[in-house]
Amino acid sequence: MPVVPGERGVEVHRRPPRNPGGPLDLDWALAVRVNRSAVERRAATLPTRRTVKKQWQAAWLLRAISCMDLTTLQGDDTPGNVRRLCAKARRPIRDDLVDALGVGHLGITVGAVCVYHQLVPVAVEALAGSGIPVAAVSTGFPAGLNPFRQRLEEMRASLEAGAREIDVVITRGHVLAGAWEALHEEVRAFREACGDACLKVILGTGELATLTNVARASRVAMLAGADFIKTSTGKESVNATLPVGVVMVRQIREFHERSGVAVGFKPAGGIRAAKQALEYLYLMKEELGHPWLRPALLRLGASALLTDIERQLEHFATGRYSAAYRHPMP
Amino acid sequence: MNHPTGISEIFETMEYGPAPEAEQPALEWITRHGGEFGLYVGGRWVKGQDGRGFDVINPATRAKLARVVQAGPADVSAAVAAARAALPGWAALPGHARARHLYALARAVQKHARLLAVLESLDNGKSIRETRDIDIPLVARHFYHHAGWAQLLETEFAGHGPAGVVGQIIPWNFPLLMVAWKVAPALAAGCTVVLKPAEFTPLTALAFAELAHEAGLPAGVLNVITGDGESGKLLVDHPDVDKIAFTGSTEVGRHIRQATAGTGKKLSLELGGKSPFIVFEDADLDSVVEGVVDAIWFNQGQVCCAGSRLLVQEGVAAPLIGKLRARMEKLRVGSPLDKAVDMGAIVAPVQLERIRGLVEKGVEEGAQMWQPSWACPTDGYFYPPTLFTDVSPSATIAQVEIFGPVLVSMTFRTPAEAVALANNTPFGLAASVWTENINLALDIAPKIKAGVVWVNCTNLFDAAAGFGGYRESGFGREGGREGMWEYLKPEWETANAERGTRNEPAATVPRSEVPVPRSGQLPDIDRTPKLFIGGKQVRPDQTYSRRIVGPDGRVVGEVGEGNRKDVRNAVEAAHAAAGWAQATGHLRAQVLYYIAENLAPRSAEFAARLDAMIGGGVDAGRREVDAAIARLFTYAAWADKWDGAVHHTPVRGVTLAMNEPIGVVGVACPAEAPLLGFVSLVAPLVATGNTVVAIPSEAAPLAATDFYAVLETSDLPAGVINILTGSTDALAQVLAEHLDVDGVWYFGGSAGRAVEAASAGNMKRTWVEPHRRDWLDPRQGEGREFLRHATQVKNIWIPYGE
Repeated sequence: MPVVPGERGVEVHRRPPRNPGGPLDLDWALAVRVNRSAVERRAATLPTRRTVKKQWQAAWLLRAISCMDLTTLQGDDTPGNVRRLCAKARRPIRDDLVDALGVGHLGITVGAVCVYHQLVPVAVEALAGSGIPVAAVSTGFPAGLNPFRQRLEEMRASLEAGAREIDVVITRGHVLAGAWEALHEEVRAFREACGDACLKVILGTGELATLTNVARASRVAMLAGADFIKTSTGKESVNATLPVGVVMVRQIREFHERSGVAVGFKPAGGIRAAKQALEYLYLMKEELGHPWLRPALLRLGASALLTDIERQLEHFATGRYSAAYRHPMP
Repeated sequence: MNHPTGISEIFETMEYGPAPEAEQPALEWITRHGGEFGLYVGGRWVKGQDGRGFDVINPATRAKLARVVQAGPADVSAAVAAARAALPGWAALPGHARARHLYALARAVQKHARLLAVLESLDNGKSIRETRDIDIPLVARHFYHHAGWAQLLETEFAGHGPAGVVGQIIPWNFPLLMVAWKVAPALAAGCTVVLKPAEFTPLTALAFAELAHEAGLPAGVLNVITGDGESGKLLVDHPDVDKIAFTGSTEVGRHIRQATAGTGKKLSLELGGKSPFIVFEDADLDSVVEGVVDAIWFNQGQVCCAGSRLLVQEGVAAPLIGKLRARMEKLRVGSPLDKAVDMGAIVAPVQLERIRGLVEKGVEEGAQMWQPSWACPTDGYFYPPTLFTDVSPSATIAQVEIFGPVLVSMTFRTPAEAVALANNTPFGLAASVWTENINLALDIAPKIKAGVVWVNCTNLFDAAAGFGGYRESGFGREGGREGMWEYLKPEWETANAERGTRNEPAATVPRSEVPVPRSGQLPDIDRTPKLFIGGKQVRPDQTYSRRIVGPDGRVVGEVGEGNRKDVRNAVEAAHAAAGWAQATGHLRAQVLYYIAENLAPRSAEFAARLDAMIGGGVDAGRREVDAAIARLFTYAAWADKWDGAVHHTPVRGVTLAMNEPIGVVGVACPAEAPLLGFVSLVAPLVATGNTVVAIPSEAAPLAATDFYAVLETSDLPAGVINILTGSTDALAQVLAEHLDVDGVWYFGGSAGRAVEAASAGNMKRTWVEPHRRDWLDPRQGEGREFLRHATQVKNIWIPYGE
């Protein structure tokens, strides 16, 4: 993964080497065992075993902002609301709160702005000079069932338009049908088409039926070269859940132990509360470790989440519970 | 505005900070009581009568929390007297009224949940996460569930009444949860209680007494006394206590078994464990790791059912140990009131020393010890999570209960070897089995000698499921329908008891003259019965015979005089027949029907034999034979109907309560009803899959020895029923002492005390019946009571979902 130019101060970290991808090791991909009840128990108790308070909570919430893919993916998106989103991405927290927290020097921005292809040029322009990458959802988002060639062309078009990250969707049917070779080839093709851009592979876990399928799809996507594996488009009826997160990050850990390659994780869809964001941070810290608490390896796909985090930060800074309208909307 | 310091640093380091739960409300509660607590007796708080007391310490800080009373003899007597005085009124309440009281207790616990959670954490050193999320919610749940049993008692336990005044002694590891497990079923059943919490952790029991008082529980129904083992012993030994319920160490349990022997006190014991945690190669290893955390690093490993022996299939041992070590690095030990710690403090210095000593011993004996790189706090009694590998079954740490955060691991090659290692312990409390193969899981679970088996989970508890042990982990169940029986007794038993205990008439002295064949006649062909062992008629080890005389003193026959070697051989034969437990209920029924079928044509012969031995006429003999045939039919009927249950526990899954046979059971038959008594005790055991060593009526054994000829023609597998004649009490004593006998039923006479005392050797289940029964009355002579004694309930938790 190329090093992002250092416009954003401390937020630029050495990125781990990209996942080059490779052949499909089907034995490994299918060897995974997932016990749903046990995973659910882990997911249910993790947030009861860990918590952060006071300045620790404030710092962790700032970290969540830095790992946020601030997103708008609506049919009625226009240049206007995308520019507004990008302005918020540059200055995610009210200045007076930044001062109160004493974190101005951190230059905190969100991790990326995520939009549809049509709006990539608008976002690229609006974020110029900020160092914040634009991510484009692609390959027939959200269903991923457009003609294959067309999906690759869509990726290339977004790259040409300036997107530095591409969120692609897999053909869920490949998972449900056990067509692992087809899934591998599909992601391989995406990986080749995305060039230097960061490839986030959306599994659409809400449509994969079982946690075992989630684990297998995670493994195949990583074997094929995914830089991130991502839970959901936000358009499925069930999106990011903590049990799914537990399963996916465990596959990331296995893949890392096996290949030495660190793949990132992006939960997306339904993450609206600051508390949920913290839960994902606990998950990364406990199951993976500190490198996965950086935007290079963690993104939280969200939009409304930012406002809730701002409210919590204001509460920390002032001791008073805050209101959403007090924070500039994305 | 001040800039809060450290945010930038934390933003980089992403460390956890302190997250303390406020201790003030709990400390204020203690202060409101002047830092000192009396005993709760007869609805009043009273001082100890001899003025002795001791301090209660917070193990995380070594700070004194409060001072409590060391209850002495007068205090214990006063508490028992208060419970006795309250018993008639409480027992007479309609079930609904008791249900209302239990419901009020559940509500009171919920209303003060956080106070109790913090107090428990302060007193015990366990983490606030556990007290808040596990202990206290389970306490409330237990009272709600048992409010339900109180409501349903008259219909669901018809014909039964309360066991009476109950002495309950509970441990320090789950102080308030054990209050609930003990008190809720007792009160639901109509018993009154004297409860003694552990000396290290009395505070939540005292707080509970206060809540119960405020909730309007009638005076004397619940009495709480504090003190150490000395106070507990006074309670155990008190003559006016009808039942003792104890949770604690096997060592103390053994003493209690001996101390209560022969007193007629009911007894339930929940004792120690060395529970296996079995991991097959197809398990979800990441989930296994979290399971281990919940198994042995729950409550600092101070859990009787902790999965403390990790048994791993060889092929996955290395990756699993690697994952475990990585996970252990991430465990957090610290202030129990910190909401982000995994483990708190060890309860007391003595326990910490025990853990240290055993870990040192483990290292000395050559096992590989591993602890995470971080250090524990030093201001309280803390011990880090510890993992031993390369442990052999012969190592001390593999055998004894450490009761600390210390896991020992071993490997196995095959499922059979896993079962063998799992059962290679005198304990039998719990087990955990991890595999994604349902065929394997459901094959292994019944083979493990443990009262609870968790499949792909561990340390799950619920009021609706019974909890309790096999072997030296104790007997009796807590929770569910099976737990209620511990606090109930049949109403007719009370009536029988009022008629006094069994008082056997002295055996008739044989007349001096021995029948000699008249001169000129051929002697009868000798029919001296032998012992019946392993399906064969065998001569006794020592060829002594004893004469059996009729009521008129005339010799009616001779039987072999069995001795301890014959007992040994019979027990071995009974073990060799263990496959009987796997026979289908249908097959067992067929055999019992066949026995009845073969007995029926010989009715006249048996009736005559009974008349010759005990008198009463051939018609009475005939009635007894007919009743025996009917009884065989009864248990043939039951053989495929003694169903278990599926409990409604709050998991997505099933909790199977399976009735499993006790194993090898020795039976000392009553002197009365020589045939019917024998059949009434042996048939339910055989119907439920046990194998039996039976000692027939000492005075009148010939009906039972005649009976083996019936057995021989009835397709009964060799060794399922073994019959030893001789001195009932001498043989029963050998059976009670035998460490490979799993249960003894003693209906013999006056040696009940000795049998119960001797049973403590391996904590075998005993059923000593001091009262005569009317065996012809089906209410007294057959049915569920016998089947319950013949089986023990194993609860198998199987969460599911893909």
